[in-house]
Amino acid sequence: MTVLVIENLGKSFGGVRAMQGVSFQVRRGAVHSIIGPNGAGKTTLLNMLTGLYVPDTGRVLLDGRDLTGLGPHQFAAAGVGRTFQNLQVFFNMSALENVMTGRHLREAASLLACLLRTPSRVRAEAACRDHARELLHRVGLDEWADAAADAMPYGALKRLEIARALAAEPSVLLLDEPAAGLNATEAHEIDALIKRLAGEGVTVVLVEHNMRLVMEVSDHLLVLDHGRKLAEGTPDEVSRNPAVIEAYLGVAEPALEASDA
Amino acid sequence: MGSQWVQFVASGLTAGAIYALVALGFSIVYNASGAINFAQGEFVMVGGMSAVSFLAMGLPLPIAVLLALLAAMFVGLLVEKIAIEPARHAGTVTLIIITIGVSLFLRGLAQLVWDKRVHALPAFSGDAPIHLFGATLLPQSIWVLAGAAAAVAALSWFFGRTLFGKAMLATSYNPLAARLMGVNTRTVLWVSFGLAALLGALGGVLTAPITFTAYDSGIMLGLKGFAAAMLGGLGSFGGAVLGGLVLGLAEGLGAGFISSAYKDVIAFVIILAVLFFLPGGLLGARRIERV
Amino acid sequence: MAHAALSVSEPTAPGSRRWMQPRTGGLALLAGVIVLLPLVMRNNYFYEIAILVALNAIVCVGLNLLIGYAGQISLGHAGFFALGGYGSALLAGTAGWPVWASLPFAVAAVGVLALLVGRPTLRLRGHYLAMATLGLGVIVSIVLSTEDKLTGGPDGLSVPPIVLFGWTVQGEHTWYAIVGAALVGTVWLALNLIESPAGRALRALHGSEVAAQTLGIDAARHKLRVFVISAVLAALAGALMAHYAGFITPAKASFMHSVELVIMVVFGGMASVFGAVVGAAVLTTLPQVLTVLKDYEMMVFGAVLIATMVFLPQGIVPSLQRLFALSRRR
Repeated sequence: MTVLVIENLGKSFGGVRAMQGVSFQVRRGAVHSIIGPNGAGKTTLLNMLTGLYVPDTGRVLLDGRDLTGLGPHQFAAAGVGRTFQNLQVFFNMSALENVMTGRHLREAASLLACLLRTPSRVRAEAACRDHARELLHRVGLDEWADAAADAMPYGALKRLEIARALAAEPSVLLLDEPAAGLNATEAHEIDALIKRLAGEGVTVVLVEHNMRLVMEVSDHLLVLDHGRKLAEGTPDEVSRNPAVIEAYLGVAEPALEASDA
Repeated sequence: MGSQWVQFVASGLTAGAIYALVALGFSIVYNASGAINFAQGEFVMVGGMSAVSFLAMGLPLPIAVLLALLAAMFVGLLVEKIAIEPARHAGTVTLIIITIGVSLFLRGLAQLVWDKRVHALPAFSGDAPIHLFGATLLPQSIWVLAGAAAAVAALSWFFGRTLFGKAMLATSYNPLAARLMGVNTRTVLWVSFGLAALLGALGGVLTAPITFTAYDSGIMLGLKGFAAAMLGGLGSFGGAVLGGLVLGLAEGLGAGFISSAYKDVIAFVIILAVLFFLPGGLLGARRIERV
Repeated sequence: MAHAALSVSEPTAPGSRRWMQPRTGGLALLAGVIVLLPLVMRNNYFYEIAILVALNAIVCVGLNLLIGYAGQISLGHAGFFALGGYGSALLAGTAGWPVWASLPFAVAAVGVLALLVGRPTLRLRGHYLAMATLGLGVIVSIVLSTEDKLTGGPDGLSVPPIVLFGWTVQGEHTWYAIVGAALVGTVWLALNLIESPAGRALRALHGSEVAAQTLGIDAARHKLRVFVISAVLAALAGALMAHYAGFITPAKASFMHSVELVIMVVFGGMASVFGAVVGAAVLTTLPQVLTVLKDYEMMVFGAVLIATMVFLPQGIVPSLQRLFALSRRR
């Protein structure tokens, strides 16, 4: 069952054609990864999938609804959540408050109720706090719940962003290089987390460089190069695709192989 | 009717030349630090008031003017060292507020060093009015326009031909890269303030014979100079000059033909119009915010 | 990229981690101070200052929501203050409305104005926003000064007192009670707002506008809301001040006054409701109490501003909170 449909997306910045004619589909409950060399257009694509960029051509459909041209907060309201390659954590809040903010879309709170602190609001706050704690538990950040975000280590912050994005209960979760900058242990933790989320039925679109993570976790791969789709398929299919190998590793050197033997 | 036009255009351009000098000062500091120096108007005031003082000491006018420029430059350099440099890594809101503090401080100091009265400088080459196309012009206006033009020419030479000037430009494009190339960005910031103060003070001494000067004459000039800089595109030197002249003209014509009571409002209405409809200014601002 | 965008200053750590009881505690402390202060205030002069402090504090709490929590800036808030005062003054004086009608109407009208003006203005960021708010404030002050037939010009306008059911509200003690209650109410509302989804949305916008948007927070709408709230609070304080003083001048809309308000907020503490109150208290009383400072007032204000931003960029209250928290950890 398809939840996200991308049709013929294209985007130019001034004279630079960042993306051209990219189409693919994301199935519910699956983990789709987008890979490609630097400058291939992965973050541009993600930004278009969250409303931060407006595509020049093409459409983005979520659950059949055309979201093209809407603003980021509207994409979020439609059910798209994301994390950021360069952390966009709210450093002026605690970890718990970060995740509570993530629940913004799920909190029906009128301004008046907020100002007057009505009893129903107080109950809702407590419920929100509980939800947030549960999410922090889900990503393994229990002990950091009341800590200030600016006191947390990098690896924990990456997981915090995921918890925060999950708080909105999105239909699709876009993860922009969640393992970037992490050491092997931390990357493994993220890997396990993504697998857990996938197991729980969360639809994940992952942009990553970490090949081991991508190969282990993905159901489906999309390879981008210079803003175009180079290949797509299962991890096995893609890893055997000669065009992909060439784009990533270059053509194999026969002389080198011979000397290794 | 035609002579009225000439009159308003002439006075408008004269005011505009001063705004241009102030606007250049804003752009230079903005390029070096990304912040708006709300004390820029006070540099104008310091220039004018110092010249009055030096003159009162008995020095000949050219010497008084020169010393006033140097005094203002000195103040600018001192201000940068004491108030700006310690906070140079702070957010831009912080820097803006610091410069507001500097402007208050300088104004308060001016009250004490001088007084609250209005002072005038004698016109540089006399008061004999010039008659041009039926309009009456002050010779000081010529000085203002010539002085501003000379300053702009000097700046072009400085930024285009000297090594340090080019280094300053490089810093405004990319401070990190400039530092890696051996440019001392702290010095660039320091010199920027000195230069901005010098330009402001030049405006101050040039206009003092016409508009007089007092401890608080920096406020409006600063605000309008800022408006001019934004009009032309913050950070653009050509824009600062263009913005200043356009603003001065609009003010002069508006005050002449529409309402002189609301002369000061014109500048701000223009700036609001630009901000709401043309946020990049007439020539486009230097930086684009990237998400 | 030459310089970071202006919209996010150093993200503040408001010390809200230990929020367990400080809100009720702080509120009780404030109420306590207001109730007990008359015991040490011997003559009307002290009451006058206290009333002034409370009125400034009301504006500052609102302005703090805008600047400290939402991370925006306004260099023209004195305009809202003055419009509230003039609005009520003109409706009550010239148009003959009863004050219990003119005051709320004027305040609401300023709110509507803020709504209209805020929409295009808040699309701007950083210095552009600063300049726009500055320009708007200056225009208000010039218009108030120039339209003398309506507003009495630079010399100002006299304002009728508040009359409720035949009882004229006058006297320092009565006004002290009124503005004291208004201040406590304002602080209560602000504290409620901050610890709510609406408040978190504001803080999120300050922390990272991009991320906030991807969580469904409509940046434009929330910025506009807090702008209007802060404008309404400023107008309320302005209207109360007008009826208390019996007089209002265009100077109340001046750029200088807007700057003073920002200084109080910044000095007291960004993203701190009690910081706004403290900032208003300190910077209103200081020049009044140290009359010898009158000549040096501007210089001292300037120096205080510079020193605070250089050494304590978070302001007094958050810096003290942090010091306190650090020393407790040892």
